[in-house]
Amino acid sequence: MGLLNKLDDPFEGGGVVLGTLEDILNWGRSKSDWYLHFGLACCAIEFMAMNASHFDFMRFGTIPRTSPRQADFIMITGTVTLKMADRIKKLYEQMAEPKYVMSIGSCANSGGPYWKHGYHVLKGVDRIIPVDVYVPGCPPRPEAMEEGMIKLQKLINQQAIFNKRKRLAEEEKEIVETNL
Amino acid sequence: MHSNEIFEKLKSEFGDAIIELIDEAPSDPYITVDATNIFDICHTLRDDEEFLFDYLTCLSGMDLKEELGVVYHLYSFKFKHKIVIKAKVPKDDPKIASVERVWRAADWHEREAFDLYGIIFEGHHNLIRILNPYDWEGYPLRKDYKEPEYYHGIRVPY
Repeated sequence: MGLLNKLDDPFEGGGVVLGTLEDILNWGRSKSDWYLHFGLACCAIEFMAMNASHFDFMRFGTIPRTSPRQADFIMITGTVTLKMADRIKKLYEQMAEPKYVMSIGSCANSGGPYWKHGYHVLKGVDRIIPVDVYVPGCPPRPEAMEEGMIKLQKLINQQAIFNKRKRLAEEEKEIVETNL
Repeated sequence: MHSNEIFEKLKSEFGDAIIELIDEAPSDPYITVDATNIFDICHTLRDDEEFLFDYLTCLSGMDLKEELGVVYHLYSFKFKHKIVIKAKVPKDDPKIASVERVWRAADWHEREAFDLYGIIFEGHHNLIRILNPYDWEGYPLRKDYKEPEYYHGIRVPY
């Protein structure tokens, strides 16, 4: 009974939460990320398994969208051929900001098992679009892909919305100082 | 019909165009054939009363270092016999008649052989690349193929 009480009323005795506007906006953005439905090869089968009831990907708030205009992020699941690379680039350019890319599986990370002899395989989708999260595996387990999603959520939670230029300049200064 | 009998019957009809029958275990027995009248031979194989090879199981190209070739795997639903036909073409002028009019399945198989080996099938109604993009250069499954450095601005090697 105590546990159920806690679920109903997590802030005991009141309903006031204090936080920065940035935190609240980022919380909304990361917990309802809608992805562009993009399954290419075997990793897409694992992705379908993740969407099914046992691993339940939708509890992260993700809904598949078929149009890139309505999607927040794209999950590249599977081998990318050069023929498909042109189309992926076009789809990525059609997505609206802010957008993220999750590269799933060895083939999308770096060419996978076709890295040496694949004459028509793109050796890593980061040759054409900027990637935020890489999920290794061939294919990665559904739990691994969910961990990738949690990482993406953490990344979104840390993003700056206000004072973006100042924050980015501060981060750059930090990187330069640590490299010196 | 056994492959010997198929060979004998074909030889009696076409004479010198049928070169030889090679029957070594463990591979299937195959008949090597001259590439110049492949269309008539295939037409006979499909329509003759004792052959009735109405199912082209597979058509694929070969690269035999100095020359290219085409392999036809045939099967008959009525008599349940099968045979393999191989025809060689020279590498600098790889032209062979298309058997698309005989078996419709050859349509896409010949496009694949053209895309990957560069064998030109005369009489095909739409001989363009099928697997690689339409502006791809080179024939990938040849033994002396080198992959390109850049394609549409994307770097290809690892």
